[in-house]
Amino acid sequence: MNENNNLLVRLKDCGVQKSSKWIVKGISLEIHKGKIVTLIGPNGSGKTTTAKMALNILKSDEGSIENYSTKMAYVPQKISIDWTMPLRVIDFMNLTSHINKDEIIEALELTGVQHLIYNEIHNLSGGEFQRVLIARAIAKKPDLLVLDEPVQGVDFNGEIALYNLIKEICTKLNCGILLISHDLHFVMSATDHVICLNGHICCSGSPKSIVKNSSYIELFGEHNAATLSLYQHEHDHSHQTDGSVKN
Amino acid sequence: MFDDFFIRALVAGVGIAIVAGPLGCLVIWRRLSYFGDTLSHSALLGVTLAYSFSLNIAFSVFVISAVVALLLVSLQKRTKLAGDSLLGLLAHSTLAIGLVLIGFLSYIRFDLMGLLFGDILAVTTADIGLVWIGGSIILIILYFIWKSLFSATVNYDLSAAEGMRPEVSNFIFTLLLAGVIALSIKMIGALLITGLLLIPAAIARNISNSPRQMIVIAILSGILSVVVGLFTSLEINTSSGPSIIVVALILFIISLVPLEIKGQLQKR
Repeated sequence: MNENNNLLVRLKDCGVQKSSKWIVKGISLEIHKGKIVTLIGPNGSGKTTTAKMALNILKSDEGSIENYSTKMAYVPQKISIDWTMPLRVIDFMNLTSHINKDEIIEALELTGVQHLIYNEIHNLSGGEFQRVLIARAIAKKPDLLVLDEPVQGVDFNGEIALYNLIKEICTKLNCGILLISHDLHFVMSATDHVICLNGHICCSGSPKSIVKNSSYIELFGEHNAATLSLYQHEHDHSHQTDGSVKN
Repeated sequence: MFDDFFIRALVAGVGIAIVAGPLGCLVIWRRLSYFGDTLSHSALLGVTLAYSFSLNIAFSVFVISAVVALLLVSLQKRTKLAGDSLLGLLAHSTLAIGLVLIGFLSYIRFDLMGLLFGDILAVTTADIGLVWIGGSIILIILYFIWKSLFSATVNYDLSAAEGMRPEVSNFIFTLLLAGVIALSIKMIGALLITGLLLIPAAIARNISNSPRQMIVIAILSGILSVVVGLFTSLEINTSSGPSIIVVALILFIISLVPLEIKGQLQKR
């Protein structure tokens, strides 16, 4: 039972179908407290869809989803605030739950944007807004945190700092994190479990085992893979253009 | 100094303005102005049905507006037409059905102008009760679903992910919108209700910088429009609905002035 107490979400053979085409299929994954699970894969490989299944936004058309988390926080990939709404950073921080002001300031300090607290959201730059989004998710003190390309548009130094922060938050709050990222370096050095997606799970496992996997090398190219691994194994399957497995 | 009917209209009108403020802000934020228009067009059908079957007008308008809103949702799922086309379809067909039905009701003396543009003479003491009790219910419900509604307005996925259940609050919001239209049809008239929802909120958008401030200003400018509009209506004998909306428009133009000044200052 001890092991199960730490379980937050379990997806078993899940998939999403849109107008009779599977966007993702056969997805199984588990997210535990204090662990970072990363989804990597090319554009359109179903990373966001998988994350939305874990968050209960999308219903799975097959398989089963068990969700034991009580408090989820989400940093969506793309978010556009309507200009018709006068929304300040502080209002946005309180969006889905009331958080007291000290905690808001503390969270904004962590992502380096505390000076923007009374600014209107639509005056922020892309990177600044991304920092606010991350701060908002952290301030909620969730037990499950889902981050969909959280550092897009953030400057180079900020990117590293934010990734370190994500790692730190995971330990500090003892929360489970599902991260979608294109930064293979961070993925391989800091996360606990990597899932390589392309419409289905190509391969998954610890970063160490993943970089040796031929599917991973095929998806990300020799060069990228080689920077992180010295090994290369035989390909066990290859892909069609839509990501399905060639027979 | 004032006739009784005028006091009644004033009390009812202020009540409507208070309810219309927050709902109008949501209509603006969610870009639902044409949706509000469709509901109010269908309100005319509600009124004719009320006369045909001698039902309470507000009740019948509420039911028809709610049915139209549900029809819209189901049509959106079934057809490939865009939302605005479906809204147009529903708005004009329900308006047309309403007008055709009025033709059949020739035995009843009908004040069509009153229905379309509002009639302060028609406001009874019972209507005041309806506006204030109904309005309070709408505001109380709105208070309880506010967090969910507001977060879904900002971002639906985020709201859904964090357990706000936006699908439920969206549905309730539609009913509340139908409710406020039902309450205000006698006073403002079917064609102009959306104006009372939209214009005060638009005024507020020009001069506010937080959601709460925008709601408060929307309510205040709504009340001001109603009071000044009704006085004008009494003085120069115009329909109440258009008078209120014209006053609101004038306030809107005035609210542009601070924006202009700010713009000029920034240029320097």
